[in-house]
Amino acid sequence: MSELAAQLREWREAIGARLPPWWSRGLAATAIFIGIVLPFFFSQNSGFMNATIIAVAFAVMSLGLNVVVGFAGLLDLGYVAFYALGAYALGWFGSSFFFQAHVHVGVSGVAATEIGVHLNFVLILIAAAAICAIAGMLIGLPTLRLRGDYIAIVTLAFGEIIDRVAVNGQSVHVGGGMTLTAGNLGISAVDSPSFPGIGQFNLLDLRPWYWLILAILFVVLFVNLRLRDSRLGRAWVALREDEVAAVSMGIPSVRTKLSAYAIGAMFGGMSGAFLGTYYTEVNAGQFQFGFSIFILAMVIIGGLGSIWGAVVGGLLLGYINNYLIPDVLNDLPSKLGLNFSTTTIEYGIFGFLLVLVMVLRPQGLIPERRRRMEMTAEIAAEDAQLVESTVP
Amino acid sequence: MSVGASAQAAPAGWAGPAPAMAVDHVTKEFGGLVAVDDVSLRVPSRAIVSLIGPNGAGKTTLFNMLTGLYKPTAGRILLGERDISRARPDRITGMGVARTFQNIRLFGAMTALENVLIGRHARMRAGLFGSIFRPPWIAREERDARERARELLTYVGLAPGAVDQLSTQLSYGDQRRVEIARALASDPTMLLLDEPTAGMNPQESAQLTAFMRKLRDDLGLTILLIEHDMRVVMGVSEHVWVLDHGEKIAEGSAAAVRENPRVIEAYLGKQD
Repeated sequence: MSELAAQLREWREAIGARLPPWWSRGLAATAIFIGIVLPFFFSQNSGFMNATIIAVAFAVMSLGLNVVVGFAGLLDLGYVAFYALGAYALGWFGSSFFFQAHVHVGVSGVAATEIGVHLNFVLILIAAAAICAIAGMLIGLPTLRLRGDYIAIVTLAFGEIIDRVAVNGQSVHVGGGMTLTAGNLGISAVDSPSFPGIGQFNLLDLRPWYWLILAILFVVLFVNLRLRDSRLGRAWVALREDEVAAVSMGIPSVRTKLSAYAIGAMFGGMSGAFLGTYYTEVNAGQFQFGFSIFILAMVIIGGLGSIWGAVVGGLLLGYINNYLIPDVLNDLPSKLGLNFSTTTIEYGIFGFLLVLVMVLRPQGLIPERRRRMEMTAEIAAEDAQLVESTVP
Repeated sequence: MSVGASAQAAPAGWAGPAPAMAVDHVTKEFGGLVAVDDVSLRVPSRAIVSLIGPNGAGKTTLFNMLTGLYKPTAGRILLGERDISRARPDRITGMGVARTFQNIRLFGAMTALENVLIGRHARMRAGLFGSIFRPPWIAREERDARERARELLTYVGLAPGAVDQLSTQLSYGDQRRVEIARALASDPTMLLLDEPTAGMNPQESAQLTAFMRKLRDDLGLTILLIEHDMRVVMGVSEHVWVLDHGEKIAEGSAAAVRENPRVIEAYLGKQD
């Protein structure tokens, strides 16, 4: 086994040595180009396009959670709260839900004449990011003195609180007969984005939606990459590695942790606002605990702390959840003469994938550079000997 | 309680005009346990001074108070004129106090260079937006910080090939070097070393002793160290304090302290 691994490593290094120094940049540029032209190879409203749009939105959330869990090491089990808040920002500021109000900013067409608050999607995106950043810091505050598992418990509770507020918000009156949320009835007939030159987005042509979420992904990716290689990104990793040493080296623990919570929450909120308008409805039933774990699984399968890993993890689970299971494999059991559909066992499939990755590639599909160095150098040198010495 | 009062106990000639740091009747209790009991010290500027004592004497607790990790139960700690007894550790680092740890605490997932860049944190300005948009002055700051970190690693004697290695992959001696470079990166005026020669052989200890003097002379640092190796203590320190059971039991020159009966008793037990 170890000989095989060593051989593989040798080959990989040999290939790595022959590639020109710009190959990783070239690879990224190619991926971006393919990403942009992808819709031209599929019909305007194919199921695959639909799955791709949702998968990219998941990748944005995965990138957000990766900042909190991967970079700063704060295990957040309530990330669905930011999906919810982002979606509600869309529901509040982009529909007729607050029917007593008449606010129209930067909207055209039907939205400009309807009652309620109607803001341009870019403004809603900013509002969602701002609301989530504040909420992220609020949830961050009580966890500042906690470590590890205890942070997980507090954030989990926060996710549940937001879920309950979403469900019961229809009984919370905010004046004028209006309520905070529409609970399980959902805020429906939300505005679809509309931009000058492109017009109103509609579900018959999915391409504009795709490019919109792709643009959001690129912005989030850019911010992530810049932060990783900055003073702030290093401070996050230092706090994750050893908080006592980090504060002794001059890193303000409170401000640095809160900034990680805020940034991570912002991305979740942006993705949530997009999914709100894309699903044309903001329903309290969407924000359940399982979704927090689903996003966490994306981050872990991709490689904790790895930006490209978070993207790949998000896309992978997004495709499996929205394309592979419902469209491709759904009738497989019935073809085999079994009386169930694949969607009913989707959580089992995700659990199995998670176990598979943890056993075969614990560092994730695309491990973080540092973690890769640790894994290859240290484990190869020391632990391999240990393992071998224990095996008779 | 003034600083002057604590200085009265010090031998003549030691109450210098401007102490870099003064510990004024500091007590630290953990529940019922008194870890540090009414200790007063004055650390003169640009001196190399040692804190010794048997295990559990309260040396590291005192260090943790000086760097803000613990807050004293009573008493004050002054850095120059400033009372830092309630200040946050990162602020104290910003004021020019840097430290190393008894059990080396490098960031394992980071390279030697990145570890030193963390030490530079307090002297850099890039915030959230600066980091994202990276305007020219932030890019320059980052470049300068990297350059300075490399210089420091060379200064402490790390081989150029080790600069980009993960800190966990470095040898023990190199890890100690990186930790000192990381402390120096914050441009301190005062350096606190917690058992810097632990685990070193006599030759390495002697090298480090010489290096401490060089640091003081090159950079004008005030160095306070906790040390067990008496050869290092005798060789380098201009003044020694002895703690036992949280109390200061003796102070003076290294030679005087070594002859002090209370010190001998604390280390070797009482003679009947």
